[in-house]
Amino acid sequence: MIALALPAATTEEGFVAPTIEDTHYRDILPWGGEYGVLLDPGFGKQMLLTILSVVLIATFFLIASRRRQLVPGKVQFLGEAAYGFVRNSIGKDIIGGRDFLKYVPWLFTAFFFVLVNNIFGAVPFLQLPTFSHPGSAYGIAAIFFLLWVGIGLKKHGIRYFKLAVVPSGVPWYILLIVVPIEIISNFIVRPVTHSLRLFATMLAGHLIVTLAGSAIEYMMMTGNILLQGTSVLVLVGSVAMYMLEALIMILQAYVFTLLAAIYIEGALHADAH
Amino acid sequence: MLNAAIMAAEEGSNPLIPNLWELLVTVVGFAVLLFIVFKYVMPAFEKTFAERTEAIEGGIAKAEAAQAEANAALDEYKQQLVDARTEANRIREEARAEGAQILADLKEKAAAESARITEQAHVQIEAERQAAVVSLRAEVGTLATDLASRIVGESLADDARSSRVIDRFLADLETSSQSAGAAK
Repeated sequence: MIALALPAATTEEGFVAPTIEDTHYRDILPWGGEYGVLLDPGFGKQMLLTILSVVLIATFFLIASRRRQLVPGKVQFLGEAAYGFVRNSIGKDIIGGRDFLKYVPWLFTAFFFVLVNNIFGAVPFLQLPTFSHPGSAYGIAAIFFLLWVGIGLKKHGIRYFKLAVVPSGVPWYILLIVVPIEIISNFIVRPVTHSLRLFATMLAGHLIVTLAGSAIEYMMMTGNILLQGTSVLVLVGSVAMYMLEALIMILQAYVFTLLAAIYIEGALHADAH
Repeated sequence: MLNAAIMAAEEGSNPLIPNLWELLVTVVGFAVLLFIVFKYVMPAFEKTFAERTEAIEGGIAKAEAAQAEANAALDEYKQQLVDARTEANRIREEARAEGAQILADLKEKAAAESARITEQAHVQIEAERQAAVVSLRAEVGTLATDLASRIVGESLADDARSSRVIDRFLADLETSSQSAGAAK
């Protein structure tokens, strides 16, 4: 904190690290809601990108699934491969059973919604992973929290809460410790980590790329030949970070969907755990 | 911690506080997408998958049926081939037997024919011999009479005597020829 605060105190000379507000290129397009303000009715880049992602995903998959042919064309094949990936390697493998198909649309939507929104962060000029804003991450995690709690209640009734927090075959004096831990772990830590994992990785990755960018700009502007030379190293490093960030964007979409599937499976088979 | 909270408040940028409008847009966007997937995308893909599975399984069943049919036809052809071979062997055997029969018949016929010809020749020879004997008998009588009359002269012109002499001579001749035939 102090290290970060220092450059700000000496603004006249030296490098000013970009803050979180600077990561969104407000100059290019205002992104509406101010950071950390609960109710700011501004409409801007982040919301626009969210809507854009919905339009893109819906358009692509409607086109891919419209012409149902036994021997698929390129677009249909791509759509089927994408759908089949979520359906089989996440839905079927994790949830399994006869009725995993009911939950495939939830997982499918989550995967591509998160994936496309993350990849926006790697697209030049867009450059904003929408889940780097906590509101979006809380929202989508809340949807799945309500979904799996709802599934548990529907399947097991009110007994679900007992099944979820009281492990069978444990003596009562250990239950005194285990039950609070299970309550905290299942109903508080789970949704919080589900959202924060996505949000924090997106924000951190984005911040690193922004930091590298502004550092290169600063070094080039100093007129000092040694600093200008060093900026090449920063450039190389920032490209590597950019690649890593792109990988994390895809990975986080997968992890989010995988965890959602695991939570749904846990709620469905709460009596077996 | 307190320091951080104060700083966040000053800068208005605690990154953990959500903007509720963004939350709303995200939830609504997700809901819209979910609706589209439930209503259009998933049924279409699932239907395609089901149709494809059915087509592949149907194709396999059809191929199996064709294979079975081909096998049956092959068996039938093999059976027919075996039958045809047996038939050919049988015909060949028959032909061989028939040929042998014909040959034997021909031989027999030839033998009969040669026997018949030989018999005929014997009969003819016998008949000719008889004719020769008859003509000789008549001629010998005349020749002998001629010879005797030349030798004896006028004395032997008496009919009665000459007739007795000839009869005795012929009887002698006959007995000698019969004894010769019996000896033969």
